[in-house]
Amino acid sequence: MSTIPVNHELDEVPWTTPDRGIAAMICLIIAESAVFIIFVVGYIFYLGKSLSGPTPREVLDLPIVSTICLLSSSLTAHAAVSALRKANVRMCATWLASTILLGAIFLAATANEWYDLIVKHGLTIRTNLFGTTFYSLVGLHASHVVVGLFLLSVTLTMALRGTLNEHHSEKLEVLSLYWHFVDAVWVIVFTVVYVLGR
Amino acid sequence: MAATQVVDITEQAKPKELFLQKVHSWLTTVDHKKIGIMYIVYALFFLVVAGAMALVIRIQLMVPNNHFVSPQVFNRMFTMHGTTMVFFVGMPILFGFGNYLVPLMIGARDMAFPRMNAFTFWISALGGILLYFSYLGGDGLYGAGSAPDVGWFAYAPLTERVFSPGHSTDYWTLSLLLTGIGSVGTSINIMATIISMRCKGMTMGRLPLLPWLYFVMSFLVLVAIGPLTAAQVMLLLDRYLGAHFFDTQAGGSAVLWVHFFWIFGHPEVYVLVLPAFAFANEIIPVFSRKAIFGYPAMVAATVAIGFISLSVWAHHMFTIGMGPGANTFFTLSTMIIAVPTGIKIFNWLATLWGGKISFKSPMLFCVAFLFQFLIAGLTGIMLSAAPFDWQLGNSYFVIAHFHYVLVGAILFCIFGAFYYWYPKAMGRMMSERLAKWHFWLMVIGFHLTFDFMHVPGLLGMPRRIYTYEADRGWESWNIIVGVGAVFQAVATLIFVYNLISSYYKGEIAGRDPWDAWTLEWATSSPPPAYNFALEPSVGSRRPLWDIKHPEDPDSSYE
Repeated sequence: MSTIPVNHELDEVPWTTPDRGIAAMICLIIAESAVFIIFVVGYIFYLGKSLSGPTPREVLDLPIVSTICLLSSSLTAHAAVSALRKANVRMCATWLASTILLGAIFLAATANEWYDLIVKHGLTIRTNLFGTTFYSLVGLHASHVVVGLFLLSVTLTMALRGTLNEHHSEKLEVLSLYWHFVDAVWVIVFTVVYVLGR
Repeated sequence: MAATQVVDITEQAKPKELFLQKVHSWLTTVDHKKIGIMYIVYALFFLVVAGAMALVIRIQLMVPNNHFVSPQVFNRMFTMHGTTMVFFVGMPILFGFGNYLVPLMIGARDMAFPRMNAFTFWISALGGILLYFSYLGGDGLYGAGSAPDVGWFAYAPLTERVFSPGHSTDYWTLSLLLTGIGSVGTSINIMATIISMRCKGMTMGRLPLLPWLYFVMSFLVLVAIGPLTAAQVMLLLDRYLGAHFFDTQAGGSAVLWVHFFWIFGHPEVYVLVLPAFAFANEIIPVFSRKAIFGYPAMVAATVAIGFISLSVWAHHMFTIGMGPGANTFFTLSTMIIAVPTGIKIFNWLATLWGGKISFKSPMLFCVAFLFQFLIAGLTGIMLSAAPFDWQLGNSYFVIAHFHYVLVGAILFCIFGAFYYWYPKAMGRMMSERLAKWHFWLMVIGFHLTFDFMHVPGLLGMPRRIYTYEADRGWESWNIIVGVGAVFQAVATLIFVYNLISSYYKGEIAGRDPWDAWTLEWATSSPPPAYNFALEPSVGSRRPLWDIKHPEDPDSSYE
């Protein structure tokens, strides 16, 4: 290999750039936000425009317990990242497991809610505009929870098999960013669908 | 100790490979340069296909009461022409150049996520193949339809099951969904690359303008493709699960689709035009032998265009009847976006001013771009006034306006970029003689077609009509437009021939044939797989100027 040395640069400032995983996750969150905004706008636009029942007020209950579970899973996810930074894999696994448990409770509550809506109230995606917008918005969020749970489970499996170590902490942080985003979206969905939309 | 800047001058020996080995290496590559070239070849293929469709449309409209194709085929032609040109020519060709150039210009060895890069290319490619598979598979079990025929913006409720039975619309939706995933992935990759992979000393203030514009363009893709994807998902839910998003019979709104589509559709115009600006930003200074005029103003104008373009979408909807409030807002925001665009034009002119201009083929195309883009912008300002738009909305005047942008500005810059960077990618110069033929035929053809296309629009010829009566006075105009299209087709064939023949017979280019200043010219042509043997470090916006002129480096001024 041959090279020609040329210009000399005098400043000796250390050169660092942001982590690419975190940069990419923030970009993904921007893109996903755009998708969710459209679904939320669709929901708000069609509020009260259904030509037939049931209406949100008749059939929706506030999902308090599952909301508390999902929001607190953000705290446990954060705790898992901090534990891994300190190279405490055992603590990290514990926090990951509790995150997954809380997320699974949330999903189970959603499944239960949908079962009631479909079987008891006869509300499906084809019933009326409320059904159309409700199932697609809440379903879109729930599918993001499923993806998050899958990724968290992979991480937990790695931790249990002993292949997870502190070098993975930046990657786990990327995953936790995604999880925080899913939680933040729920705050908006909860407010729009269950509080303002009723 | 001083950090050292280096230029790798190692000679690259081409390894001998069997044919299947070559195919295998292309199919499995994660190298940003190979992926970039695949994007470009893929887009050029579709450029020829969709260009042929445009010719069919022009032949059909050349004379009144023509029966060259049936009305059904005509509908498929303009739908496929528009969809292909936007999603399978414009986007991939620009992503191809971005993939190839961004890592080289910021002194990186690859994109931030090489494997994701390959994935997003292949999924976008699958989208294009799926769209064209509709010609075979569109019949489906219903025996209805073949290729999509709902227009490239596919207004509801025409796309609902009732009005579009069969699978033709599903092919349109699914292929756009797939390429959407690909585009978002590529944009995430480009942004992460620019944020995290810059070489030592390459601060955002020293970033060349091409990566800067690709950065803003990628941001626009993130926020614009999301709404399109969401709308496609809604349409799929309507068509497959019986949801009612755009089902007017059940209280759904057709206008909501129009809003969602253009929330994507207008930023998309800037997604396509920003890379064209980026090429002009690199080519005009090099062939004027001057640094770009007003670098900070250029960056600021780009960011301003990025933001304002998010609030202009409903100027596509004046004729829908939105009420005076919305009409006023979107008229004003559309006019405001002309300001940063004007700043750019003045900066390019100021770069030319007093420069030692050499009219090589890349520069010729960029100069034509400046004139044509100005006119395209002026008709844009005309159409931004809602009352004017009420008269001419949905007419050939609108078609002429946006083809002036897409062909006169974007395609001309893309041709310029080909002539400029081909020596870097292939190691050989393109024939300058053929390039001149290409340029002049293209200019003549372009102006014959799209200057004269404004007139039938003013005379009331609507877009998307299959044929027309002889007494409308549109006949002679359509003949001129059609003749221009033939000129453009010949020019494009010369270009394609030049691309292929120069690969075998072109003059060897060497590392830096244009005496340029950005980092891609610091490595051999074509660059080795690792781009730079030693990671470069830069002290200014024009690192190669600093190398060539150690007595007067830019780094002492910036």
